[in-house]
Amino acid sequence: MLGIVTHTIARDLRLALRRPADLASVLFFFIIVASLFPLGIGPELELLRQLAPGVLWVGALLATMLSLPRLFADDHRDGTLEQLALSPNPLGLMVLGKVIAHWLVSGLPLALLAPVLGLQFDLAPDALWVLTLSILLGTPALSGIGAIGAGLTLGLRGGGVLLSLLVLPLYIPVLIFGAGAVDATVSGLGPGAHLSLLAALTVGGVAFAPWAAAVALKIALE
Amino acid sequence: MSKQQIHWFKYSAPSTFYPLAGRLIPWFWGLFAITALAGLWIGFFVAPTDFQQGEGYRIIFVHVGASWMSMFIYLVMAFWAGMGLAFNTRLSGMMAQALAPTGALFAFLSLWTGALWGKPMWGTWWVWDARLTSELILLFLYMGFIALTHAIDDTRRADKAGAILALVGVVNIPIIYFSVKWWNTLHQGASVSLTKAPSMAAIMLWGMLICAIAMWMYTIAVALMRVRSIILERERHTDWVRELLASR
Repeated sequence: MLGIVTHTIARDLRLALRRPADLASVLFFFIIVASLFPLGIGPELELLRQLAPGVLWVGALLATMLSLPRLFADDHRDGTLEQLALSPNPLGLMVLGKVIAHWLVSGLPLALLAPVLGLQFDLAPDALWVLTLSILLGTPALSGIGAIGAGLTLGLRGGGVLLSLLVLPLYIPVLIFGAGAVDATVSGLGPGAHLSLLAALTVGGVAFAPWAAAVALKIALE
Repeated sequence: MSKQQIHWFKYSAPSTFYPLAGRLIPWFWGLFAITALAGLWIGFFVAPTDFQQGEGYRIIFVHVGASWMSMFIYLVMAFWAGMGLAFNTRLSGMMAQALAPTGALFAFLSLWTGALWGKPMWGTWWVWDARLTSELILLFLYMGFIALTHAIDDTRRADKAGAILALVGVVNIPIIYFSVKWWNTLHQGASVSLTKAPSMAAIMLWGMLICAIAMWMYTIAVALMRVRSIILERERHTDWVRELLASR
């Protein structure tokens, strides 16, 4: 059972690493979006420090979302996805592997990049630490929920815009607790409650979303 | 299969449901007219002026019912969507699609009337209160459902994809509601509290309830009308629709 998951992860990682430009474009999108805000708002550090948690989290969320269409599209185009769906293994486990691989190439690098961008916003060291932790904890849920949207919009015209319309409302709780954790650290409340809720969302999202995404894929492949 | 079961499922076929809906629609329009007139009459002429809020409070006769219906319709929509997914019935998906625009309309109406009420009472069109925010997200969920089902040309796939989205949305609604609520309360004390139980005069409560029933009847009537046109559109290749159209 676990073999399917690890096999899918290894395969998707290998495919992703053979096209490093795709990976880099997601990260550069995150950097550019985060840099646009100071340019639009102004360089006052006091204001930027207040906006940083929300801005960085929204940037990470959008960057994750932009990489979602590729989750199934390539496999769908060359027919691999149909073969995987026909195989006797549960499709949900295969989707779980894809979700984990997607997180490894989007969520994890974003989390590692976030503290560098946080420095631009003059965040305190403990807030930077919580920012990294919250993005690490929250992005698996984003990949999981996003897989449902990617499955539902597979092969549709205007899929990208539609995907954001479906997925963004469902991302709101993750955004609230993720940015809230950093906010709470800045204001001295302590991030414990927010991080626990974020971890709960991730556990729930990663456990249940792949099965819903698998049903969505089966409908798309019919 | 026993005889009763056959009878029960008889109207799940579009061809038998179509005439049934046609017969029911005038009744629901009639009930809507009666309850709407009664509710508005109570709202405008019987209910006394509120001693704190003046005449402005009268918007609750529309606002509360619209908010209730916007949430209730989503549940009904998800129920039909789930039935369609579980039993593979064509009519269920049509019902879900027929309900969605009305639900979105009520969510919008609820936000709009709330803004109209908020301006004179709170001095602002919009506050990031937990209830307002979650109602806005509900509107987004309706929009996502409508956009998804309209983007897929194959109606069977549209129904099923919409069903998954509606069910995922139903699971998420409590999470979203509580996250928004905690977001607001953890952040700062709410500047305006909606949660205090209003010591409402009985006549106002009655007016509100009757108006809510009117909206319910409106929803049923409109959803049945819409489902009838969806049935005609999707079943246009069948004999019974051709006969029906030829007899007109």
